[in-house]
Amino acid sequence: MSDHAADDTVPEVDESRRKFLVAATAGTGAIGAVLTAVPFLASWSPSESARAAGLPTEVDLSKIEPGQMATFFWRKQPIYIVRRTPEMLASLSTHDAELKDADSKESEQPDYTKNQQRALKPEWLVLKGTCTHLGCLPKTRFTAGDATVMANWPGGFFCPCHGSKFDLAGRVFQGSPASVNLRVPPYSFKTDTMLVIGVDPASAGKVEKGAA
Amino acid sequence: MGAVVESKGGAFRTWLNKRLPVDQFVADQLTGYYAPKNFNIWYFFGSLALLVFVMQIVTGIFVTMHYKPGEATAFNSVEYLMREVPYGWLLRYLHSTGASAFFVVVYLHMTRALLYGSYKAPRELLWIIGMLIYFALMAEAFMGYVLPWGNMSFWGAQVIINIFNTIPGIGPDLVEWIRGDYAVADSTLNRFFSLHVIAMPFLLALLIMLHLVALRQVGSGNPDGIEIKEKLGADGKPLDGIPFHPYYTLKDIVGVGVFLTLFAIVVFFAPTFGGLFLEHPNFEPANPMSTPDHIAPTWYFTPYYAILRAIPDQRLGALAFACSVLAFVFLPWLDRAKNKSIRYRGMASKLLLGMFFVVFLTLMWLGLQPAEPAYVLMARICIPLYFAFFILLPFVSKADGNGPVPDRVTYHAH
Repeated sequence: MSDHAADDTVPEVDESRRKFLVAATAGTGAIGAVLTAVPFLASWSPSESARAAGLPTEVDLSKIEPGQMATFFWRKQPIYIVRRTPEMLASLSTHDAELKDADSKESEQPDYTKNQQRALKPEWLVLKGTCTHLGCLPKTRFTAGDATVMANWPGGFFCPCHGSKFDLAGRVFQGSPASVNLRVPPYSFKTDTMLVIGVDPASAGKVEKGAA
Repeated sequence: MGAVVESKGGAFRTWLNKRLPVDQFVADQLTGYYAPKNFNIWYFFGSLALLVFVMQIVTGIFVTMHYKPGEATAFNSVEYLMREVPYGWLLRYLHSTGASAFFVVVYLHMTRALLYGSYKAPRELLWIIGMLIYFALMAEAFMGYVLPWGNMSFWGAQVIINIFNTIPGIGPDLVEWIRGDYAVADSTLNRFFSLHVIAMPFLLALLIMLHLVALRQVGSGNPDGIEIKEKLGADGKPLDGIPFHPYYTLKDIVGVGVFLTLFAIVVFFAPTFGGLFLEHPNFEPANPMSTPDHIAPTWYFTPYYAILRAIPDQRLGALAFACSVLAFVFLPWLDRAKNKSIRYRGMASKLLLGMFFVVFLTLMWLGLQPAEPAYVLMARICIPLYFAFFILLPFVSKADGNGPVPDRVTYHAH
């Protein structure tokens, strides 16, 4: 170092250099903080065992009588399976004008169930049993004409929490807080009486990405 | 306030104050903090809220000693606490009643702010910090309600978490991330436990501290809505102010006595409060196969819940729900009156505020009722009125909130 004693002039500060260094340091620190947050946030995602428990489920249909519903679990969510009678199926075409989404354009279902019956085989209705509004379990109100649900009730589901109404294809009626039809999970038939929930037809192994 | 305090007293006190400014703190925060002398009954609830917060921390620490988070253990550990732990029932009822008491006190505290314009300049930030406390408290209470893992805990969690499903695009992924599973499950319960006992209490303590610091900065309001700092005596103290300690500490002790009496009556004679504080379906374990016939959140959420479910569209419902909660934040800027207190505003302002209180209480009651058409229709009538308060306030307050106000606070010696 040279002799300082005689030199009492303050060296000129390079403001732009200082600004750049401050910004670069703060920026690097901020990027580091964001990256550090990743593992903490990621730890909230479903764990490996939760994912493993979400594998496809096989369901035996042979014990379900016509007009009956049975509930099964897939990914910890109840899955409703209804064996619809011809009368129930006939009721589906009586009230299109009263539905919010009669053609299931806005609703979530695999492409192969995007039809009036919302099913692979019209007889079998497979639905996620969680209301599309806020996730309660809609109750069965299969008796047509049940005036406690609404006038001209064709039969279907009624959610006790917030009053959403769905027909026997899980399509939502106008005036319900729910905006879309009940969701259909991916499923396929292994045999005539063996249903697999979680696997699309003819593409075994493909599992739908989870949603409520 | 702010004056440097000479330490009085003995050698130990001098020694202590050289190292920790105890006397200075007491002088700044209590004996030297001048509050308006005309406080009325509405000014009890701030200190009572602090009391309930401390009670919740203490009872919470003891309840946590027996509680076991987890799908398989949570419900039984609460029953164990209730039936087998000596005085466990008392610890639990103190904590559960404390949650409702917290909201009673906070709602009355907020009512005071609406009556006397406590949110108006220069107290906007004080109000906003208060609203953040209210939001944090809602999250804290909701997660606490899930912990006993009764059937209402489970389905309440299911419904509330699903509100996030309506956010366009990220909704379903966000909901899965919050739950940590494809449905409300063990992972959800455990993270709520962690947030309930660690994260949220810390956040609340921080916010409460900021609330008090901001209060000391701007000074307390009063029922006349005039600033006592504008009329100072020869000693530089506000003419209409009195030191917080001993005057208001003593007054608040009376409030504490009355409050604890009422609180004890509820804890000992009506701890479930007819299903309002602890709902009946929560005395059976969580059952993912069976939704209770009638889902209602605890009473303090029901005004917003009534709004959520009455709107026949999922996204609009969630949006209206969010707006109805957040609208309060903007009050300091929606209220354009010159005067703060309702005492010096016209009839239109009084009617508007009165209507809002009636609508809020009506929605609170409606949210507790089942989702039957008559109740839903009533809620649909109340919703426009609820938002009308926030929309009309700028115009009404500007038109009739500018009359004369007294020079000094109105005060009648007892």
